[in-house]
Amino acid sequence: MIPFTTLTGIAAPLLRDNVDTDTIIPSREMKSTGKTGLAAGLFAPWRYADPASRAPDPDFVLNQPEYAAAPFLLAGANFGCGSSREHAVWALAEWGIRCVIAESFAPIFRTNCVRNGVLPVELPRAAIAALAGRTITADLARQVVEGHPFAIDAEAKAMLLEGLDAIDLTFKHRDAIAAWQAADRAQRPWVYLETRA
Amino acid sequence: MGRTLFDKLWDAHLIAELSGTSALIAIDRVFLHERTGAAALKSLAAAGREVADPARVFAVMDHIVDTRPGRGDGTLMEGGAGFITETRSACRAAGITLFDVNDPDQGITHVISPELGIVLPGLTLIAPDSHTCTQGAFGALAWGIGSSEAEHAMATGTLRVARPRTMRVTFTGRLPAGVTAKDMILRLLADHGAGGGAGHAVEFAGEAVRALDMEARMTLCNMATEFAAMTGLIAPDAATSAWLEGRRYAPSPLPDWSDLTSDADAVFDAEIEINAASLAPMVTWGTSPGQAIAVSGTVPQGPERAHDYIGLAPGQPIAGTPIDVAFIGSCTNARLSDLRRAAAILKGKRIAPSIRTALVVPGSGAVRRAAEAEGLDKVFTDAGFEWRMSGCSMCFYAGGESFPAGARVISSTNRNFEGRQGPGIRTHIASPETVAASALAGAIADPCGGAA
Ligand code: SF4
Repeated sequence: MIPFTTLTGIAAPLLRDNVDTDTIIPSREMKSTGKTGLAAGLFAPWRYADPASRAPDPDFVLNQPEYAAAPFLLAGANFGCGSSREHAVWALAEWGIRCVIAESFAPIFRTNCVRNGVLPVELPRAAIAALAGRTITADLARQVVEGHPFAIDAEAKAMLLEGLDAIDLTFKHRDAIAAWQAADRAQRPWVYLETRA
Repeated sequence: MGRTLFDKLWDAHLIAELSGTSALIAIDRVFLHERTGAAALKSLAAAGREVADPARVFAVMDHIVDTRPGRGDGTLMEGGAGFITETRSACRAAGITLFDVNDPDQGITHVISPELGIVLPGLTLIAPDSHTCTQGAFGALAWGIGSSEAEHAMATGTLRVARPRTMRVTFTGRLPAGVTAKDMILRLLADHGAGGGAGHAVEFAGEAVRALDMEARMTLCNMATEFAAMTGLIAPDAATSAWLEGRRYAPSPLPDWSDLTSDADAVFDAEIEINAASLAPMVTWGTSPGQAIAVSGTVPQGPERAHDYIGLAPGQPIAGTPIDVAFIGSCTNARLSDLRRAAAILKGKRIAPSIRTALVVPGSGAVRRAAEAEGLDKVFTDAGFEWRMSGCSMCFYAGGESFPAGARVISSTNRNFEGRQGPGIRTHIASPETVAASALAGAIADPCGGAA
C-alpha cells in the first residue's frame, strides 16, 4: 500500500448527502472478481448521460476538465453508505482520488478507505464548502487540511502514514492470538466447529 | 459501573489493545457470498495466505443467482456465471463449506446463517455484506466489512476494530395491530436520519422489542446499517434459545446465554426512546431510507434531487400513489412469518390489473419449502404474484433482470437509493403487509385500512 503523508491538489465538489456505494460503483459495473478495471464504472449513473453509449454528462463534476485529475473529493454527510463493496474504494483509488473529505462517512466505507491508502477526512459542512474548487493540501501527520484540524483514529493514522499491511501487522500478534484461542476453546468449546465430512 | 451487552461481547473477544481506540478482536464466524467472496478468497491466495480455520468459514450463492425455477450457474447478469464458478472453486480450494446454487440450504446469507445455527448468541460474526447486522438479533456481535477485512479475518481469525460508541434505542409500550418491526426501524430512520447511528453499536430494547418474534427481531436489526450504525443488537432470551434449538450448527444442549444482557446500571453513550404504541405503517417517499413517513402522511419538503427522482411533490398524500410493481423478498422481509402475513392479506383476492409485475422471492430454500407446505405459494400465485427460487433477486440491480423501465415499486426490501433496483426505478420501502395491500389496491395503501 502506498503511504499517505501529505497530498496537494484540486478538490472536486460533490456536495450531496448519503452518496451510496451503489452509485459510486454500480453492481453491473463490477464485471470480474478482481479489484481492477473499476474506474470506468466510477459514478456511472451520474457520470454518463446515457449508460449504454457512455456519453458523458458534462454537468457531472468529474467530467469537468478542471477536475479530471482531482485527488480530493468533497462530499456531504454519510458518504459511502449502503453496500459494503470495497469496489467503491478500489474504483475511486483507480480513478485517482486519494482523499475524500466529507461531513461524515458510513463505517464500512471508512475502514475500506484506510485499507486501501485513501484518507477519509471529516470536516464541518461549511469548511468543506469553502474548499470547493480550490487547490488544497492535506497533512496527515499534523492532521490538518488547509488550517482545519481533523480527527482520525491512531491506528488508522499509523497504517496510512506507513502504508502498512494490516494482515502483516496482525501476524506480529500470532502468539497472543494462539494463546487467546487455546483459553477460549476450553471455555467455549461449542464455538470451534469440526470440518464436516 | 455496569456493562452494556456490546461491552460484554467486546470484552469477551478482546485479544489485544492496539493504538487509539482500536483493538484486536477475535472473530468466531465468517460468511461469504459470491459477489464479494471470490475476490477475497482469490486475493488471499494470491498473497500466499491461507484460511486459518476453514471450519468456521461459510459461503453461499445468493446475490446474483437466477431466481427462476430450473436455474443453474447461468445468470441474467452479463458475466455473472464467472462469480459463481470462481467462488465455487475458491471455496473448494480453501476447504470452506459452501451452500451452492441448488443446495437445499441455499438462501440469502442473513436468512440461512440463523436457520442453520451458524450465528449464535455471544459470537462475533462478520461478512463482506452490509446487512450482516441482521444477525445481531441473536445477541451476536455481527457486522458488515469490506473484502480486505474479510481476508484479514480469514487469515488471522481476528479483526482490528475501532471501538464504536454505544447507543440504546428503547421502544416502549406495545405495537398497534398491523404495525411491524419494519415500521419501527423506518420510524427510527425518519426521526433520527440515515446517519443517526454513525459511530455506534445500537442495542434495541424495551417492551415492544421483547415482544417481537425472532424473525421480526432480524427485520429490526437488518436496517441498523441504514442508520449508519456498526451493528444492531438484541439481548438473547428464551425466544432466542427456543428458535435455535436443534439447528444444524448449534451446540446441543445450548449453552447458558443469560448473562448476555446490558446490566441494569450500564450507561450508553446515547439513548433514544420511541413509543411503540404511537407507530403506524410506514413507507419511504424518497431516495434515502431516512426519507420515510406514515402511509397516511403527506410527502414532506426534502432535497430537490429526491423529489425529482421519485416524482412526488411536497404536500402530496403518499397513499394512493399508483404503483407498477410489488416485490416481496430480501434479507429484511422474506422469512416465513413475513410471507404468512402478506399471504393473509392476499388470500382469495387478486392484485390490481394495473400492476405489471408482482414477485415473491422466499429468503431461503427452507422458507420456500415451509411456505409451500402451508400452501402459501398457491395464495400468492392465485393473487397474481410470481413465486421464485431463493436469492437476493431484485432487491438490488446487478445488471441482469430488472423491473420495467421507470417503474414505481412497492418493496419489502431495505434500500431505496437512486437506481438500487435498476436504472430509473423508483423504490418505496415498506412492510410485507403494506406491499400486499398496495398490490391489491394498485397504489400505495395502508394495510390497516387507513386512507388508500
Ligand atoms: S437481500 Fe438485498 S440487502 Fe439483503 S443481502 Fe441480498 S442484496 Fe443485500
